This record gives sequence, C-alpha cells and structure tokens, in this order.
Amino acid sequence: MLRLEKRPQPSRVWTWATPPLAVMITMIAGGALFAALGKDPAEAIATIFWKPLFGEFAFYYRPQLLIKAAPLILIAIGLSLGFRAGVWNIGAEGQYIAGALTGAGVGLAFYPLDSWVVFPLMVLAGALGGWAWAMIPALLKVRFGTNEILVSLMLVYVAEQLLAAMALGPMRNPDGRGFPGSRNLRDYPAAHNAEIISGTGMHWGVAAAVIAVILAYVLLSRHLLGFHIRLAGQAPRAARFSGVRPGRLVVICLGTSGALAGLAGMFEVAGPAGQVSIDFNVGYGFTAIIVAFLGRLHPVGIALAGILMALTYIGGEMAQSTLGLPAAAIQLFQGMLLFFLLAVDLLTNYRVRFRHREAA
Amino acid sequence: MGAIDPALLLAALMVAATPILLAALGELVVERAGVLNLGVEGMMITGAICGFAVAVNTGSPAVGFVAAAGGGAVLALLFAALTQLALANQVASGLALTLFGLGLSSLLGQGYVGIKPPPTPRLDLGPLSDIPFLGRVLFSHDLMVYLALALVAAVWAMLKYTRAGLILRAVGENHDAAHALGYKVVRVRVLAILFGGACAGLGGAYISLIRVPQWTEGMTAGGGWIALALVVFASWKAGRVLLGAWLFGGVTVLQLNLQAAGLAIPVEYLSMSPYLITILVLVIMSADKSRAPASLGRIFHASQ
Repeated sequence: MLRLEKRPQPSRVWTWATPPLAVMITMIAGGALFAALGKDPAEAIATIFWKPLFGEFAFYYRPQLLIKAAPLILIAIGLSLGFRAGVWNIGAEGQYIAGALTGAGVGLAFYPLDSWVVFPLMVLAGALGGWAWAMIPALLKVRFGTNEILVSLMLVYVAEQLLAAMALGPMRNPDGRGFPGSRNLRDYPAAHNAEIISGTGMHWGVAAAVIAVILAYVLLSRHLLGFHIRLAGQAPRAARFSGVRPGRLVVICLGTSGALAGLAGMFEVAGPAGQVSIDFNVGYGFTAIIVAFLGRLHPVGIALAGILMALTYIGGEMAQSTLGLPAAAIQLFQGMLLFFLLAVDLLTNYRVRFRHREAA
Repeated sequence: MGAIDPALLLAALMVAATPILLAALGELVVERAGVLNLGVEGMMITGAICGFAVAVNTGSPAVGFVAAAGGGAVLALLFAALTQLALANQVASGLALTLFGLGLSSLLGQGYVGIKPPPTPRLDLGPLSDIPFLGRVLFSHDLMVYLALALVAAVWAMLKYTRAGLILRAVGENHDAAHALGYKVVRVRVLAILFGGACAGLGGAYISLIRVPQWTEGMTAGGGWIALALVVFASWKAGRVLLGAWLFGGVTVLQLNLQAAGLAIPVEYLSMSPYLITILVLVIMSADKSRAPASLGRIFHASQ
C-alpha cells in the first residue's frame, strides 16, 4: 500500500520538474477532452502549442505572444510576492480594470493635447489606480482583520460595474454617435502605447514586464524585504520574532500587486485594446493566478509560465477558427493545468513510499 | 417612482436568498470540518448548468435538481482529492476549482443558451396561501425554498445535537486530537466537502431553473463568493446564515426594484451594491475572529 512521508525539505528536483510534468499531463487530459469533443487530439494540441510559433501564419501570431504574455507576467509577478507571504490577492482583475480606467482617464482628459508628458502621466495614473484599488482590501485587512480574499474578489465585481458605468457614461466617446466605449487611444498618438519595435508586439507593457521580472528577482534574492516576504510565508512565527511587521507586509504585497495589475491594465487599454469598453477585461487577472503558481512563484518561472499561458490563449484562438474548438475548452484547459500542478506538487513535499503491511 | 409592494418585495427576497442560502449552508458544514473550499462559485455554476441541461432534456426540474447536486458533488470530489489525498494548499485548490468550474460550465452550456427550462410548479399549500400578506410572503413559493429552510434547521440540529455533528466539529477544531481519538479525519472531511458541493450545486440550479430562469455564461455572478462571505458573517452558525442570506437577498431585490423604478442613479452603481454591502458586513463581522474553527484551512497528515 502507498504511504506518504513528509520530506524534511521540499525536493529541489521536483520543485522544478513538477510544472513541466503538469503541462504534460494537462496535454494528455486536454487531448482526451478534445477527442471527446470530436476533434483530432494530436491536431488540436499541435494547433495550440506548435502552429502559432512555427506554423504557416506564425508571422501573425508571434507578436501576439508578447502582447498576451506581458499583462499575465506583470500581474503574476505582483501576485507571487503576496502568495509567498500568505497574502492572497485574488482580485487582480479588479485592479487591472481600475488601472485601465485611471490610465485611460488621464489620457482622455488631455485629449487632444500633443505632448510627450501625456503617456508617462498615464503610466503613473494606471499604477496609482491599481494600487489604490488594492489598498482597499489591504487597509481593511490591517485595520479590521477583514479577509483580503473575499474583499479583493468582491471589488472585481464592483470594478466591472464601474467599467460599464464609465464606458457608457463619463468616458463615452463624444464623437462616437452614442455607441458605448471611449475614444480610441490608437488615434491619439500622445497617449497611444505603440510598439517600440514595429511588427514584434513589443510595446511598453512588455518592457515593464521584463523590468518587473528583474526587480522581483533582485528583491527576493538580494533584499531584506524579499527575505521577510519569504520568511512570513514559510514560518510566520519566526518572522514575528525576527521583527517582521505583518501589517506592513500586507500593505506592501497588496500595494505592489495592485500597482502592477494597474500598469498591465493601463498598457492594455492604451495599446492592444485601444479603448475603454464594457468587455475590456478578459480575465487576465484570474489567469495570472495560474501563471504565478505554474511559475512556482519565482520571477523567472513566471516569465516562462506567462509565455506558455499566452500561447494557450493564441493557440486557443487559432484552434477556435481552424478546428472550431469552443473557446470554453481553452478556459477549461487552463483550469486543468492548475489542478494537475497542485496535484503533482505532492511529489515536491512528500515522498511516496511503497509499504508492506507491518505487524501491529 | 411607483410604490413598491412590500409583500411582493419580501416574497422576492425569499427567492433571491435561496441560492446563496443553500451554497452558504454547504460551505458552513465544510468549514466546520476545518476545510476552506474557495471553489463555491465553480461548484455553483457547474450545478447551474448540470441542473439546467438535465431538466431540459428530461423535462423534469426535480431530476434537474438531483443532477445539479450530483454535478456539484463531483466537482467537490476533485477538490477533496486535491486537498485531502494530494495534500495541496486549500486556497489555491479552491481557486483552481472555481476557474475549472467556470470553464467547464461554459463548455457544457454551449447548446443551451436561449432555451427555457421546464417550469417548476409553486407548492400548493391550500388555505395557507390565502392568508393576507403572510400568504404571499411565506406560502407562495416552490418546494426548493422550503427545502432550503428545512436544511438550515437540519444542519443546525445536526451540528448541535448529534454525534456526527460532534465528530465533525472535533475534526474542525483540532484534527490531531480527533485523529488521536480514532476518528477518520480525512473521511469526515471528504464527506463534508461532498455535502458542500451538492449544496452549492443546488444553489446554482436554483438560479438557472427558477430564479432567472435560463442559462447564460457566468450567471452566478459572484454568488458563490457572497456565500463564502456569508459564512464569516454568520460566525459559522447555521441560524445566522439564514439571517445573512435574507439580508443579501433583500439588498439584491431592493436594488433591482430601484433599477426598475428608474431612479436617477445609473444602473451600474445600483448593481454594485450587493458586493459593497458584502464588504461592509465583512468589515463589521471580522472584529470577532474567535468563532472560526481552529483547524480551518490547515493541512492534515497523520504522520505528524
């Protein structure tokens, strides 16, 4: 009979081997799912993971990879800090919307002023917007001990309603003949988050994501604050004895993840999306949770996981158009990935032993 | 602004409260067993589509509700396997369950958009329904409303007076001590999780089969999360869950009525109110942390 034995320390090998293993298992289970939907599983998996990168139309899909990966990585980096410290911000979707609204709001307020200051101000406003939205659960948690999971999540629904109110009300395009949605920032060069290198999908959000990965890496491996974050997650009691103030960590972790999510929203609304509209948010804030775990809460891992997840989005779109695979199947596929990851994580913390029946 | 009939309002409140009441009751039992399942939203929406699909195909809402409970429980079984056998983090597993459930439900629901489900008859309570005011408020509903109320009483009595309830609470308060006494911690928790899943599924199906009644993607709209908040609000007590559900049902119904009445406030701001009230209530209630089961969210492994 099988028996679990707790490892004194998490296995280093399995720590890095479980994400690829989980991806493999998800591909197999996903293949079975696609087969059940009446599609050729090999064809579907190839369409999702191979064709966007190396297929006939790769020139179109490759830039998309960076566009989709940037917000996922930005948000997931912020979330990973909190997750490490045991601060569960799961309302990144709301902070993403808040950042997009404040960022776009600043841009629209300056319209049609043509000056280089507009875009930096929008970036600042986006980060502040996301930060402020995340400060609500943070301060409630510190002051009243309110559960940050529930509050941050409730605020997602509030943010969605706010987005709708803005798209239909104050931010509606005055020249839009009454259609919902704001002016398109793509037609306003001073506020447009254009590609830095044309045709690559490399916009300012991608640059921000790269910077975030590097800073997070330095923070966690070289800085005292990073050490405190890790300590608070792994040994809360020891952390308190060594002078870590939990309230301060909550504010920092939620604030950082909020600001990064806000930045992601702002870059998205000023670039790929272009305008504030009712259906602006597509769930990056939730998918980023999967990205953070798949990347083992490690900055480099998150960068890789973000790219992989972006691939499933793009490949999913491709499979939707060429194979008629339903969009929901991809969503399910992403959910499965997190499931399998959590399941195989057992191998990291426990040793599976085969036990012979012992005499009592 | 037209006058709002208080009897109609209260009757609508009973209906609006039922889905979150069911889901919150299930979660209450799960949390009293020491498990935090954040996947309520995922189980609710899965229950909503399972119940809807089966009810449409069989023509019987009753069979639909049974299927919804089954669907919710099957999804909960995944959570149980992850957290009780694979010893995974409960917060992460619950989130995974919600993401998975949302995806699964929209996949299952593809052929069911725009269809009307078979109607659920109102329970005939004879002369009781003819009592002025009270008849309209209390005795004019479908069977599920009364089942939910009966379930509140059953859960309350089970936790308070039965041996099974005592064991469940022991497991939730101190799993090591319960294990030392010879109770099967994992078995108790798996059963509690399954019960929670079935309840969430019923709650979801109540939305898709009776409250709305049709199928749209993501139609539970955070009801599962409100149910989670409700358990905190209720200080893990069954009776207070009922109170909380009525409060949220009341807020929902009131804001819908205000929307219909054409108030000068944009609809979106009114739609925010249930979520904002939830936050407010959480803040007020979170001062009292002592009521939470002591082993809530902790991983149990018999080796230690």
